[in-house]
Amino acid sequence: MASSGSLLWAVDIFGRVYTLSTTGQFWELCKHGQLEFKRVSAVKQCCWGIACDHQIHVYVHSSDVPIRYQEETYENQRWNPVIGFCEKLLPSDRWQWSDVSGLKHQKFESFALPSPHWEWESDWYVDENFGGDPTEKGGWTYAIDFPATYTKDKRWNSCVRRRRWIRYRRYKSRDAWAKIPSEEDPKQLPDPFSDLSVGGWEITDEPAGRLSVWAVSLQGKVWYRENVCHHNPEGSSWSLISTPGEVVQISCGQYDLLWATLWEGQAIVREGIDRNNPQGVSWTVVQPPVPENGISHVSVGVNVVWAVTKDGKVWFRRGVNSHNPCGTSWIEMVGEMMMVNVGLNDQVWGISCEDRAVYFRQGVTPSELSGKAWKAIICSRDTDRSQTGSSTSLLSAGCFFTDDIKEQSNSFLRSNGDPLSDAEMPLAIASSCLPGLADGDDRHDEASQAANSDVNPVADTASTTPEEAGPASDQRLTPVPEKPSSDQDSRPAELQWTNIDLKEAGKTPALSVSAFAETSSLSSFGTLPLGMEDRYGADEHPVWAWVSGGGCLVDSLSSLKWFMVHSGLASSGQSLCPSITPAQTAVWRKQIFQQLAERTRRELENFRHYEQAVEQSVWVKTGTLQWWRSWKPYKWIDVRVALEQFTGNDGTRDSILFIYYVQLEEKKYLHVFLNEVTILVEILNEAKHSFALYTPETTKQRWPIRLAAATEQEMHDWLALLSMSCCESRRIQGPPSHQAIWSVTCKGDLFVSEPTPDLEAAAHPMPCDQMFWQQIGGHLRLIESNSRGIVWGVGYDHTAWVYTGGYGGGFFSGLANGADNIYAQSDVKNVYIYENQRWNPVTGYSSRGLPTDRYMWSDASGLQECTKANTKPPSPQWLWVSDWSIDFSVSGGTDREGWQYAADFPASYHGQKTMKDFVRRRRWARKCKIVTSGPWLEVPPIALWDVSIIPELPTAKEECVALWAISDKGDVLCRLNITRQNPAGSSWLHVGTDQPFISVSIGGFHQVWAVARDGSAFYRGSVSPKKPEGDCWYHIRSPPKQKLKQVSVGRTAVFAVDKNGNLWYRQGITPNYPQGSSWDHISNNVRKVSVGPLDQVWVIADKVQGSHSLSCGTVCHRTGVQPMEPKGQSWDYGIGGGWEHVTVRGNATEIAKRASWEATVEHLVESNNSEAGESEGRGDSPQSTLFVDEDHSLDRNAVQC
Amino acid sequence: MTDDKDVLRKVWFGRIPTCFTLYQDEITEREAEPYYLLLPRISYLTLVTDKVKKHFQKVMKQEDVVEIWFEYEGMPLKWHYPIGLLFDLHASNTALPWNITVHFKNFPEKDLLHCPSKDVIESHFMSSIKEADALKHKSQVINEMQKKDHKQLWMGLQNDKFDQFWAINKKLMEYPPEDSGFRYIPFRIYHTTTEQPFIQKLFRPIAADGQLNTLGDLLKEVCPAAINSEDGEKNQVVIHGIEPMLETPVQWLSEHMSYPDNFLHIGILPQPAD
Repeated sequence: MASSGSLLWAVDIFGRVYTLSTTGQFWELCKHGQLEFKRVSAVKQCCWGIACDHQIHVYVHSSDVPIRYQEETYENQRWNPVIGFCEKLLPSDRWQWSDVSGLKHQKFESFALPSPHWEWESDWYVDENFGGDPTEKGGWTYAIDFPATYTKDKRWNSCVRRRRWIRYRRYKSRDAWAKIPSEEDPKQLPDPFSDLSVGGWEITDEPAGRLSVWAVSLQGKVWYRENVCHHNPEGSSWSLISTPGEVVQISCGQYDLLWATLWEGQAIVREGIDRNNPQGVSWTVVQPPVPENGISHVSVGVNVVWAVTKDGKVWFRRGVNSHNPCGTSWIEMVGEMMMVNVGLNDQVWGISCEDRAVYFRQGVTPSELSGKAWKAIICSRDTDRSQTGSSTSLLSAGCFFTDDIKEQSNSFLRSNGDPLSDAEMPLAIASSCLPGLADGDDRHDEASQAANSDVNPVADTASTTPEEAGPASDQRLTPVPEKPSSDQDSRPAELQWTNIDLKEAGKTPALSVSAFAETSSLSSFGTLPLGMEDRYGADEHPVWAWVSGGGCLVDSLSSLKWFMVHSGLASSGQSLCPSITPAQTAVWRKQIFQQLAERTRRELENFRHYEQAVEQSVWVKTGTLQWWRSWKPYKWIDVRVALEQFTGNDGTRDSILFIYYVQLEEKKYLHVFLNEVTILVEILNEAKHSFALYTPETTKQRWPIRLAAATEQEMHDWLALLSMSCCESRRIQGPPSHQAIWSVTCKGDLFVSEPTPDLEAAAHPMPCDQMFWQQIGGHLRLIESNSRGIVWGVGYDHTAWVYTGGYGGGFFSGLANGADNIYAQSDVKNVYIYENQRWNPVTGYSSRGLPTDRYMWSDASGLQECTKANTKPPSPQWLWVSDWSIDFSVSGGTDREGWQYAADFPASYHGQKTMKDFVRRRRWARKCKIVTSGPWLEVPPIALWDVSIIPELPTAKEECVALWAISDKGDVLCRLNITRQNPAGSSWLHVGTDQPFISVSIGGFHQVWAVARDGSAFYRGSVSPKKPEGDCWYHIRSPPKQKLKQVSVGRTAVFAVDKNGNLWYRQGITPNYPQGSSWDHISNNVRKVSVGPLDQVWVIADKVQGSHSLSCGTVCHRTGVQPMEPKGQSWDYGIGGGWEHVTVRGNATEIAKRASWEATVEHLVESNNSEAGESEGRGDSPQSTLFVDEDHSLDRNAVQC
Repeated sequence: MTDDKDVLRKVWFGRIPTCFTLYQDEITEREAEPYYLLLPRISYLTLVTDKVKKHFQKVMKQEDVVEIWFEYEGMPLKWHYPIGLLFDLHASNTALPWNITVHFKNFPEKDLLHCPSKDVIESHFMSSIKEADALKHKSQVINEMQKKDHKQLWMGLQNDKFDQFWAINKKLMEYPPEDSGFRYIPFRIYHTTTEQPFIQKLFRPIAADGQLNTLGDLLKEVCPAAINSEDGEKNQVVIHGIEPMLETPVQWLSEHMSYPDNFLHIGILPQPAD
């Protein structure tokens, strides 16, 4: 569990760094390295920190995917008549070794590792891939001359050739503090750093993992770290950013907010930060809330700024957003804090002045950014459980201020804590007052400055009068000789240190244990559970100096366990909690099950013929809905709806849905037997809460019964009831079987269907429009399964999920059945709108179009007006979680402002303006989030793009199930240790590739195929249970002039879909030559393919024509697929109208086929062999097209087109 | 692994085969046939005996049919106890079906409450649920519910709709994750050999040392006689016709083996001498 949480980072006053997981109950010491830290600034993937030696370090979390960087260089050769191609080039030519342009000399030796934290992965090797095609000629590409167009083939006039050499280096210092190398040039060297802040990752996605790292030096200068991104976690160099004054502290939000504080107490706000200029342009000064107390600390999020003034008061800045980074005014908040830190989701943490505990701001939501109350995080540290902590704390107390003294005091203290050596330090503190800083009002800055000051390591006492420091040092002395004594004695010693550091000693002289109990007064909730006070008081209390929540994700779903002490006793009580696992195995529980079964036998067995006291009477639900009339003019009309449930003579339940409507003043009705309903599906429609009800008949027509409810709740009530009635009438109960076929709509809704044995029958298979689909809670983009019940899904936000074996969730939550294994699930996706402009000679591009033009703000088609203001999230379940921002990741590329140009609407758009262009458009994206529930558990932390599980017959013997995946960055991954008991597996194994991949599929006998982003296919050699990652990639030539986008491997059959919607079958695959020989065209109009363990072929077809209408995204089944005829004959059309994904890879149930499999496989191999040679020339391969009439109007019945 | 939810179903669908016979002294126009019925353990006699009443009405004069009441072996059966409890207390070790005698005359005023309509059962049932929630959650959960939720609980019981009932009842069985259980366990212990109708005290699911209290702990504290009776007689501790082990945590029992009124009704019976 601990691994699935995100981390809150904090530094205690001794410089020890701790992390607290959102799922954890203890502060865990960051173990690596002996370093002590003053500041940390965390983001999800790493944490930057300033150590006590003022050096900056970065701590990159380990991951199963390595950080690797591809170095490349080109080898150039010229042909001469004597020896052919050789290294001798003409004097005018480029170097023999150069970069791609030929302008830079690049020999192997010129590549050096950038820092000691890198290592080479392998030696240099030749890249055989040329534009998605294998060269098969040592990687050489040919041209007439440098520079020219290179081709794969050597021609008569090819005078020059070149090839690309690549080598990877890998970042090795993960899960460890890696020192950022200092500048070599002493003149460039910034003076020691005193503060830093990391953020800005939402400004742009390019390059992946880009971060803004800002630092402040002791002289008050601001520095920006260049080129920090995923494959360069250390960045490259520091750039000085000029500031209007001396900066003390800086805070960088995850998006474009950046605030800093000045010595004089004002804040400065960076303006002009955007994608093209992450450093920003200028500073604007913001005055402190009250002139007499300047701002000492500031922290920013996405839409919030929190500040602390020198008197410890906490302020919230009103009206801050991307367009107005300065905000409008200050609001004073309750509580006094040393510092505050804004993390993900604009959540806030602070360190209290009173007790230096970390507080969490409760109740921060998008609508209430300032939150409700401070609540102390009082969980203990992991070290507290094992050690008494007293002696080490005292040791480190000496270490905190400076490393000079550290060594000294360390050595002294270790040699049995000589009181004299300790006495020296406080004396030094008391005597050293920097005259310039001895400003009484500055009292609050001390904590930060204290730690930072290199010039004078004890500068924090600047504002301390000798009278104050004196007594403190006295008290400091006393406990030392008693150090080896009990906790009781050591605790006060530590607290007095707190006093010195806080400078609050004068104001609140009695800072004692009782103060901790009072911390709850800050919170509106009681912080200490009943009976915990004693335990808490006896615990050693951590004293914090810094906290960073930039990598800590807390949202409405999180249930934090931070607010109570978990001691041994409490946790043992918890582990016995009856509703969790240990109870499941208890004897008493087994015995209850046994006795209940016995009771049923005893009391019921012989009396089943008795009449039931309570009749299962007719149950009716009635209501008013709207119905989409199925004749012209199509419109919504009000109808009365009644569901009548009755019990048949044989005890089966069935239900009829009546829809009463009035036509021409005549009352009429239509009715549907629910045992005929094949699916109930919500329809994506902003205006109506509507759903569709399909029967085999309406599926053929592509015209379902559509009903709409007044509210979402009402619709969900109906859907839940109708779905339950459908399942009841079909006697479907419990979770789906392992064989189940899963599908996903474009809305992200999940459906599952139980295959009947005749679904894949050779003769007269069950038509797939008769399949019954049952909804399962959750929201995903794709699902993959196999016949051992392993099911994985990937969300729109690329989160990986594993199926828990439950059912229900979503709007079924109200029904008690199957509530086990249902968990909260969330997903995030983008909503896009387009801004369109036309060029005119007077004003250039403007939002004034021609009268015939599309809306200036529209959807992708241009037909619907979509403005920023009127565009709503897809349904009320979705909530906006970001503002509108320009989307640069559009196919075809954009200019710096995100525009794409074209000659006219609608046309093909390109990223650079040309003379012929008269219109342009750009895409705006806004993120929205859904929170639902379903039988899914997150598999953190790597985000996925694609996933595939090995299809197996249920009898398969192997313990582990092979699963391959593509990460959202295009890495190929292989999951280890997936079993029935542990469907999530344990870890990823990274499989190296030379370019990002987009699709992967593992078929029978561990045949792994994959598709790279450039559209080329690869076969992975030698994958086996013993060697799950295989050994090397074989580049497979794509179908002529096509770029592949998806591949699916069944038992032996390999099918692929290209970017133009063609479905291809791989011909000529044999055990000896598993790569096959050529691609055979099967069909067009295909969006996605799923090949099952019986080599059955299912696709999502782009458009399918029904008798009444047309539907996009239809589940189709290839019929006539036989071992001898793997390509099948024709298509059978199933449910459709907005389907995105289907997987049949769990369905291994086909009686006839299974028995004769082995024989047929051999047959297949033979036949393939004989076919391979001639297939190229044959034009009569069994082709069939999913043909549709393009003129047809948009499908209104679809989930969404 | 069997699901805890199955316990809820098993408990809900517990049935007692019952044979109703009319009391011999009732005046009938013709002979009354006995009437056989499967009674839901979790329901109430007067809630599920409409058929019985109708059956015997047919052989009786209209004016003689006043208020129906039931008796087993001379003992009037309290309709406000769940049927399963009545059976466990009075007839658990006898042969099935359960022979209940039906009366229409001589209502035993001192033993039974009147039950003129189902509204009386409903208000009794709802007040039990409210009392239970007062113990479990200081009434917070039940008070937050809407009227229609209350109605759904009742309708679920009345119509024997497990899903309908549990859709709401599950909220009553929740507790904040930081607590390990309810505030107090709503329970009633019925000791057949004592005069007192039942024992009900405040009892926490978690002991002071953080350990879960078990059924044994509960009995030790509130009814020590039940587990070590002085005369050496062993007792049966029965809930829903079964004898859970004394090691069973009461929190689990409360969540899974309470009657629909949210109380654990525990019967203490003398061990049958074979």
